[in-house]
Amino acid sequence: MAHAHESNTKRIWIVLAILTVLTTVEVALGIVRPDFLVFNDFLGTHLLNWIFIILTIAKAYYIAWAFMHLEGEKPWLRRAIVWTGVFLICYLVTLILIEGDYLHDTLAPLVKW
Amino acid sequence: MGANIAVNSDNKETWGGGGVKPFGASYGKMMMWFFIVSDALTFSGFLAAYGLTRFKFIDSWPIADEVFTHFPGLHGVHAPMYYVALMTFILIVSSVTMVLAVDAGHKMQKKKVAWYMFATIIFGIIFVGSQAWEWKNFINGSYGAVKTADNHILQFVKDGHQIALADFVHSDRKDGRVQHQRENGLWFEKEATISQYSVAQIQEAFKADPSLLVRIEKINPDTKKKIILSREESIAKLATATRVVEGANLIENEYGNPIFADFFFFITGFHGFHVFSGIVINIIIFFNVVLGTYERRGSYEMVEKVGLYWHFVDLVWVFVFTFFYLV
Repeated sequence: MAHAHESNTKRIWIVLAILTVLTTVEVALGIVRPDFLVFNDFLGTHLLNWIFIILTIAKAYYIAWAFMHLEGEKPWLRRAIVWTGVFLICYLVTLILIEGDYLHDTLAPLVKW
Repeated sequence: MGANIAVNSDNKETWGGGGVKPFGASYGKMMMWFFIVSDALTFSGFLAAYGLTRFKFIDSWPIADEVFTHFPGLHGVHAPMYYVALMTFILIVSSVTMVLAVDAGHKMQKKKVAWYMFATIIFGIIFVGSQAWEWKNFINGSYGAVKTADNHILQFVKDGHQIALADFVHSDRKDGRVQHQRENGLWFEKEATISQYSVAQIQEAFKADPSLLVRIEKINPDTKKKIILSREESIAKLATATRVVEGANLIENEYGNPIFADFFFFITGFHGFHVFSGIVINIIIFFNVVLGTYERRGSYEMVEKVGLYWHFVDLVWVFVFTFFYLV
């Protein structure tokens, strides 16, 4: 292995603390649901959802970098993994969500409530 | 010529890439990463499909806070999300014990590796058990609802809060309908569990209590809450009811759109299956650690590789948690 294996115990506990705090913030916001975040939209969804998504990506970053040890791998291995995933997922999600919005615009007027 | 032919060198590392290590990663680790990237794309496909469907029914999608409200030991208490937050925390902690096992493996501390692996397995089992409990609540339902002729779900509200059928229906069911079992019907046939109440019984009980209102699936864009009909509209709407729906299955559910439950079962089930496989693999590796396999091999890299898989399961849960319970 190219990287040195000094003990990472301290870093692990710090990351656990970060992940716990992020999850707690998410759950607290999910329960309170502040009006100014819920009733202000940005790019197709409200601000609270954007906060959730950003916090989730932050958590994913800590899990992948610290726990899955991507930060210790060779840079191009890390890039091969992360860039591939991020590009394909963004591409897929963008197209599919636009399509979902279109389906709603087309079909919702036909639904009788 | 020799340069172009794969010669069996009798080198034991042939299956491990012949000692060649692209990016400084061993063959096994590289393959684990290949698998993780492809599995991540599989999950993305599912979650993207969920997103598409949700956008398609954006004006009537069930609100997670009103669906997942249980906490063990707290009966009838409205506790949205606390339990799933706890589950998330348990899975994160299991990731931590896993990474501690990997860390101890680098230092060749067999005992520590074994104990941390053991803890990881226990936390994993707790997580899967919690998910089973979550499914149980979801399948049984907590309120009950009726379905109209045009396949919409009607829920019942009193003083602005949803109430269960059992809270206001007290009379007998009137239609004399009983569960078809082998004992009372055709011996070679059984029927699916019938609802506890009949439609006529609910309609009558609803008319008898003027404080009851009907809530429909449609969301009011101004309040972002489900629309509650007026008393007259409620009675008119309830007259179109055809079926009583209690709990959830793949065909219908009391929370709203059937496909909501379908996605819930499919995505959390697929994730739960990953957790289950992870536990099984962890148990195998745990025994290998205890038996000293990796001690003799001189490397605990196998623990690192299953660790990658285990963290990946945690990573996926972070996204499932966000998109099913928060967003």
